[in-house]
Amino acid sequence: MNTLLSPTNHHDPREQRMSEILDKAANDTVNDTVQTLTKRADANPQPATAVSTPATWRYHAWTLPAQARRILRNLSLSITGVLVFVLLWQSAASHIDTSLGQFPGPAQVVSQIGNLTREYQQDQQRKADFYARQEARNAQLLSADPNAEVRIRPYTGRPTFPRQILTSLTTVAFGFALAMLVAIPLGILCGLSENLYSAVNPIIQLFKPVSPLAWLPLVTMVVSALYIAENPMFEKSFVTSAITVALCCLWPTVINTTVGVAGVDKDLINVSRVIGLPPHTHIWKIVLPSAIPLIFTGMRLSLATGWMVLIAAEMLAQNPGLGKFIWDEFQNGSSDSLSRIMVAVMVIGLIGLILDRLMLALQRRVSWDKQTVLR
Amino acid sequence: MQAYLELCNVGIEFNTGSGPFRALQQVNLKIAKGEFISLIGHSGCGKSTVLNIVAGLYSATEGGVILDGREIAGPGPDRAVVFQNHALLPWLSVYENVALGVQQVFRGQKTRAEMREWVEHHLELVHISHARDKRPHEISGGMKQRVGIARCLAMQPKVLLMDEPFGALDALTRAHLQDSLMEIHASLGTTVIMITHDVDEAVLLSDRIVMMSNGPAATIGEIMPVTLPRPRKRLALAEDPDFVHARQQVLQFLYDKHKFPGAAAA
Repeated sequence: MNTLLSPTNHHDPREQRMSEILDKAANDTVNDTVQTLTKRADANPQPATAVSTPATWRYHAWTLPAQARRILRNLSLSITGVLVFVLLWQSAASHIDTSLGQFPGPAQVVSQIGNLTREYQQDQQRKADFYARQEARNAQLLSADPNAEVRIRPYTGRPTFPRQILTSLTTVAFGFALAMLVAIPLGILCGLSENLYSAVNPIIQLFKPVSPLAWLPLVTMVVSALYIAENPMFEKSFVTSAITVALCCLWPTVINTTVGVAGVDKDLINVSRVIGLPPHTHIWKIVLPSAIPLIFTGMRLSLATGWMVLIAAEMLAQNPGLGKFIWDEFQNGSSDSLSRIMVAVMVIGLIGLILDRLMLALQRRVSWDKQTVLR
Repeated sequence: MQAYLELCNVGIEFNTGSGPFRALQQVNLKIAKGEFISLIGHSGCGKSTVLNIVAGLYSATEGGVILDGREIAGPGPDRAVVFQNHALLPWLSVYENVALGVQQVFRGQKTRAEMREWVEHHLELVHISHARDKRPHEISGGMKQRVGIARCLAMQPKVLLMDEPFGALDALTRAHLQDSLMEIHASLGTTVIMITHDVDEAVLLSDRIVMMSNGPAATIGEIMPVTLPRPRKRLALAEDPDFVHARQQVLQFLYDKHKFPGAAAA
């Protein structure tokens, strides 16, 4: 019945009639069943419109285009996957007892999301009150003496969870941008010149596997020694974390850019030589467009690495972001700590996913080849 | 004969993993302005190497190439190359592909508007104006090669170098492009060196056919003038005794005097 009713088979008039008959039959059966059910449930009679709903839904399900059906199937599989995970998590969590109480299950995490939101709202309220009080006092002072010197002090509350997310995002953006400013030009140069690549390659291979935690003490000391300003624009902890992120996320972009640039089609390079394009036009018109897919692959790997590294860096550098949130909760050791950390874990995962999708969207926009499947 | 392009004792040796490999030696050839020359020979006989040396993409180990009174050093737009696999930039439209060379070659000589007109004129010349905004992947193989030819002609080269330009096309498309090429050659009087595997193509298009001996250390075996009057008509020539004779001579060179490299070695 499935094949007969599928929309692609509607070209043959006989088949179409056949499918109409079968459709009607299917609808009738559904209607009958529903009506029987309604008859039985006498206390709560269904209105006629509701009866037709399942039938129409069925009809549309059959006639949905193949693509929509595939999306629906994938969506339902994803939802099933998540549900199974949540169930497994729930049953595993109830069996793990720690010194900070039971391991948080989904329910505790959801309630902590509520708590964190409330804390944020309360903090916003306090902040608004704080400024309102100051303004009221200043107005009073000014009415008593128009020449009085008034000022507004900034609000200094404990950073809230959303605030910490924002800090983490700024830090990773800063570190990533810093890394890209070095990595892409370096990768292009290495791809263009085999000699430079041979010179730089050992260094890349040596530093690529280094963990961020190994860099961190060095970066911290160097930043403390060199980053001295009267009114520093950024916190030292912020600079340290960002530089650590940059050091760790340089490599995938350098390597992929090099490979992309070195792999430009020989004929295209010959075209450029015959035309006599100057180096900058050659890079801009020939090299970059053909290397773009690999540059982006590198950038996506870099961003993912950077986001992973950031959490560790923030824990140790005490940069007031998600890493510090986790560290503080861990040190705090209340009965809520584990579920609050679990919320942070989820948020970290979600943001990582969003960052990757954003890069993918950017790649789609920039890439000339709209036909390649990007995933 | 007044030589416009002259190859003097050209030889080249490549450094390979297993020692030096001599690809060409003692290649001597004089080409007059406006002449259409075909290079024909078995695979691996160094036809492409000759073309690349004239283009300046390879530099000869011995000897040199003189074009219009000057020895060539390195590639340049005065020796435009039509590549076998068209080598269009896939991220640029047909128009932009042609314009890329024009903007470079006529920088400071033509205004923007003049350049645009120039590009459009050359698109018209190869009959692809209708596809000016399409990307290479949206057009057929024959059209891509037309764009490749337009890109070269628009740079106003002294010599047009064609490396098996129609090798990858089906017979009908190839015939169309050959006719277009004859038209263009007749109207512009461009000097052309074309590599081909196709004997009919060589006889139909060329003023002289340069037949190369087999490598390694390949050189020019014979040079055969094709005296058929122009304009040449494909259909009329099919039974023309001169055409048949010329064709016969080339075939004899290729399959009798210089068998396939494998067969010769055995």
